[in-house]
Amino acid sequence: MQQSIDAVARAWRETVKTFKLLSRNKMGLFGFLMTVAIVFLAFFGPIIWPPETSANVQDINAGVSQHHWLGADFQGQDNLRKVINGGKDMVTVAFLTGLIATLFGVAIGSFSAFVGGAVDGVLMELVNMWLTIPRFPLLVVLATVLKLGDPVTFSLLIAFLDWPSLSRQVRSQVLSLKKRDFIEAATMLDLGTRNIIFSELVPNMMSFIVISMIGTMTHAIYQQVGLVFLGIVPYSGSNWGVMITAAMNRGVLYNPQAMWSILAPMGAIVLFQLALVSFARSLDEVFNPRLRTSV
Amino acid sequence: MALVPTMRTSNLNLWALFDKITGNFLLRRIVKALFTIWVVTSITFFVVRAMPGNAVDIMIQDLTAAGVSPDDARNQAAALMNINFDEPAYLQYLDYLGNIARGDFGNAYRSRGLKVADIIAQILPWTVFSVGLSLLITFTLGIVLGAIMAYMRDTWIDHLLSNLAATLDAVSPALIGLLAILFLGVLWKIVPIPEMRGAMSPGIQPEFSLEFFADIFGHVRVLLLVYVLSFIGSWMLVMKSSTISTLGEDYVTVARARGLPDTRILTAYVGRNATLPLFTRLAIVIGVSMGGSILLETLFTYRGIGYQLARASYDRDYPIMQGIIIVITAAVVFANLIADLLYGWLDPRIRIVGGGN
Repeated sequence: MQQSIDAVARAWRETVKTFKLLSRNKMGLFGFLMTVAIVFLAFFGPIIWPPETSANVQDINAGVSQHHWLGADFQGQDNLRKVINGGKDMVTVAFLTGLIATLFGVAIGSFSAFVGGAVDGVLMELVNMWLTIPRFPLLVVLATVLKLGDPVTFSLLIAFLDWPSLSRQVRSQVLSLKKRDFIEAATMLDLGTRNIIFSELVPNMMSFIVISMIGTMTHAIYQQVGLVFLGIVPYSGSNWGVMITAAMNRGVLYNPQAMWSILAPMGAIVLFQLALVSFARSLDEVFNPRLRTSV
Repeated sequence: MALVPTMRTSNLNLWALFDKITGNFLLRRIVKALFTIWVVTSITFFVVRAMPGNAVDIMIQDLTAAGVSPDDARNQAAALMNINFDEPAYLQYLDYLGNIARGDFGNAYRSRGLKVADIIAQILPWTVFSVGLSLLITFTLGIVLGAIMAYMRDTWIDHLLSNLAATLDAVSPALIGLLAILFLGVLWKIVPIPEMRGAMSPGIQPEFSLEFFADIFGHVRVLLLVYVLSFIGSWMLVMKSSTISTLGEDYVTVARARGLPDTRILTAYVGRNATLPLFTRLAIVIGVSMGGSILLETLFTYRGIGYQLARASYDRDYPIMQGIIIVITAAVVFANLIADLLYGWLDPRIRIVGGGN
């Protein structure tokens, strides 16, 4: 009993500490809160504000007003409501891609660094080769041929194209960390490979790993919007990419009044990316063991 | 003198020959480049032809649904892809590789009778023109602005330009393109976006005249601006940090101590050495620009290779997609190769390491 109370108390202290570290950096805190807000809105917003099913003729291409904070689209439907309803696919793909690509990148990168020798040489040669391939065109072709219908397979495909760059960075991180004094000391004390990896190496690489993961996530968002724009992945319903495409096809080019239908989804994409990036910048303070002990 | 002993030892020795090939920097790079192209070609073959439920089967189904008899549909698809379906899979694969090596990508699916190679040859120059010109502008402007930022670091000019560069670097080319259309074309009405479709106006003949150049520039100008805005940020930031580290080098301090004029230090000592690392980035940016061209050319309806790939994938025109992806890959891989060689030629230190005997 006492043990579990202790464990809860320790977890609580850790959480408070993390928040303290996060709030040191104002931009980072803003990014974190913004990310949480966007994810929350994307998943729970549709319950409160379900998508409109009918067109409102009197509101077609309406500007910003009390009723429509971000204007209305070519069917007279509220843009803000559409943005809230269109976030789920984007957020899912971003997180899934980031997770899968990071998992592969970290596993293969650290494996390569630890094994070394010929295996390392061949793996890195292949990774370097892969990096010279123009990946977006390849993604366009693969996505067309494979006829992707759902966010999960789509994330898998983007992750498959994206992990090599991450693995190269992880490898060089591991190689440089391996030579540091504290790792050498741990090796000499014979603390065991597993212990060295998980309690010495990973904490020191954590901020780097999460920052790269966030980089992959923003990349995934753009690729997804790009493919929707090209009409290759027609997810059902509305997402931010579909909104942009619809606005383009419905003559934003000729009608300045329809401007808000395209600015709203673009703003959502930029805001999500901005939130992720500023969150990433502050993560170093949270994960870096040296900075952490100073609180 | 140095060559003689290696000649003697490698005499008729296969292993030594292999060693010599792998030891030769240029040859090794060329083999690597060809290998990369082969990998992409094989991936395309695999997903288009060999996988269960693949694109060719779907093409045959489409044709059958359109009223063609199953046998005819199969023959038509085979003729388009330039593959004999009666052969075993590995022979089809070899045929396919052989065709591509000869520059034969089969025939377009939607516009019957047109050879894919001809279509690509017709549109490729426009992409090379727009991407090449934008790279030239971006590279030059990025170097100049980056050097200015480094020289005036911690002044308001540096802060302004650095923030601008970081912002531009973070925003994707497609969003910059959309904003350009929205503001330049729709809101401020500076340029007539709808009239800029295509790479040139109908009725204009490609010839060496002022009228022709004015026309193609009129069509490409906003696209060019978007390319420059999309890629200049990273150039500026890289050039800034490269210049700052060069300014701290001993030879720059020595040059200053010798009382050399500032302009000479800037051009001969700092500028030259600071731009070196940028050449390795050139190849990466070519690849990214090629990727960006798909969205941007579609956005501006500029008839280049990116636009064509987007249309082909919308139409599910597999022969064209296959041809374009191979051409784009080859272009980027060889650009990489040239950049590598150029770098070795520009930087004596790399040349010695790369020559590695």
